Amino acid sequence: MAITQLSIFLMNQPGALVDAVSAISGAGANIRAMSLAEANDFGILRIIVSDSDKICKLLGDKYLISKTEVVAARMSDRSGALYPILVALSDANINIEYMYAFTGSDADEAYVVFRVNDVKTAEAVLNSNGVSTLSDESLKL
Amino acid sequence: MAQYYQPEIETAPREKILEMQNEKIVKQVRHVWDNVPYYRHLMEKKGITPEDIKSVDDIRKLPFLSKDDLRETYPYGLLGTDLKDCVRIHSTSGTTGKRVVAFYTQHDIDLWEDCTARAIVAAGGTKEDVVQVCYGYGLFTGGSGLHGGSHKVGCLTLPMSSGNTDRQIQFMMDLSATILCCTPSYAAYIGEALAEQGIKPEDNSLKAGIFGAEPWTEEMRQEIEKSLGIKAYDIYGLTETSGPGVAFECEEQKGMHINEDHFYAEIIDPDTGEVLPEGSKGELVFTSLDKEAFPLLRYRTKDICVLNRTPCSCGRTHVRMCKPMGRSDDMMIIRGVNVFPSQIETVLLKEGYTPNYQIVVDRERNTDTFDIFVEVAPDQFSDLMSHIQRMEKSLESALRTMLGIGPKVHLVAPKTITRSEGKAVRVIDKRKLH
Repeated sequence: MAITQLSIFLMNQPGALVDAVSAISGAGANIRAMSLAEANDFGILRIIVSDSDKICKLLGDKYLISKTEVVAARMSDRSGALYPILVALSDANINIEYMYAFTGSDADEAYVVFRVNDVKTAEAVLNSNGVSTLSDESLKL
Repeated sequence: MAQYYQPEIETAPREKILEMQNEKIVKQVRHVWDNVPYYRHLMEKKGITPEDIKSVDDIRKLPFLSKDDLRETYPYGLLGTDLKDCVRIHSTSGTTGKRVVAFYTQHDIDLWEDCTARAIVAAGGTKEDVVQVCYGYGLFTGGSGLHGGSHKVGCLTLPMSSGNTDRQIQFMMDLSATILCCTPSYAAYIGEALAEQGIKPEDNSLKAGIFGAEPWTEEMRQEIEKSLGIKAYDIYGLTETSGPGVAFECEEQKGMHINEDHFYAEIIDPDTGEVLPEGSKGELVFTSLDKEAFPLLRYRTKDICVLNRTPCSCGRTHVRMCKPMGRSDDMMIIRGVNVFPSQIETVLLKEGYTPNYQIVVDRERNTDTFDIFVEVAPDQFSDLMSHIQRMEKSLESALRTMLGIGPKVHLVAPKTITRSEGKAVRVIDKRKLH
């Protein structure tokens, strides 16, 4: 049920991100969510797109790109909504490597993307706590 | 007024030097023939016997030795004496796979230390002097070489070894060091550190410095002389032939006198191996004349150089070599350490990287910077920054172990390292050393 995140290796220099974004849009993808991590010399662009297989193939010639399963939890877009989700993951001893968020199409809807050490358990814990998670299929809609 | 450590040798008439060399080379070749089967075999392949070598003019008949021979025969294959007669070894910094190890009998140590003693006296050293040796001690020849020479001259010797600049400065000031021995880049660094501490050049007791083990320029000499308030002397040598002191500068500072009673120098065409006429630029080749444990005949240094036989105003009659003007191979000297690109390639492949890399060497504030750009391989890439940074650190540490010097690793995207005509430019040396 998890969703696929694409990670793209970029040099940490002017023009690198604009080139990547142009390649992604050229491949016809809509970026649903993204985050950029930086080191001294390079960065990692992480994106959620609707058709990750196709984009991965199209960009693979030009970019160092990898697929990672991440958990996208649906929550309501209001104060305090994140707290019980984190408590549930913490109680299940799930470690979060990194996370980022995006809002949904409904006004009250938000999604948090978690990169965790154990995707299966994380999803099961969230679902059993009444938190729904996205799948690649649902992203295509 | 010039001073000499061994005036009868250092200022001997040319015919006297030649006589000495002719006598020694006959014995040295016989010694090698009798004791080093590896070289004897090389001679036999060329159809040469010791009887063919009657004077130094016949040296050109002998086969060459290269670093490859030294690696191939590691560790004992070129040993000229029983191991029980050896008293020490020294070794070059890590090279591809095998190291080069040189052996010394007490006799060999003695003649080596005579050479460094000559260098110290040429720099104005007497028994009144305090010599601060901040070359590394250990397998590296720099520390013990100058240390031994300093003892011979009777100087008070400060065996500091390299590093810990604050402590170097403290001893230099508190014990009134008068002669500094280290790499030129470290001398420049100490000069800067002194200035930062508000110590003026005239506040220290230094009068001279003996600097070697890496290439340096005239501009750098002037800078060091100014910042330390000293006269800076160059010294040349290599582990294979003994260590520093094969050649040294006198007060003229116009080339280094080769200790011709111990080492015979030739200049050859690096491609054909032909001996080049007097005054030509070519590869420097040394033949040891009186070594016991590690006698090397016609050892190719790969240093590009010119010899100068015009008389020197210092009174020394030994031939002078210029500062090495480059290399006939791809070896770089970075912070005094010999580095071959092939060593870097070996580590990259072993650690799972592609051999697409670029080395950038520069000099900032008189210290060499050493950066290696490496392309990340697809199966190494991960979405986790921590994973990639761990990889970077682990590669740095593997390179440090291999090279004996720590480069800064920069991971770059695949296919981003400049290729010219399909071939990557491996080394960019921005230092203007030659």
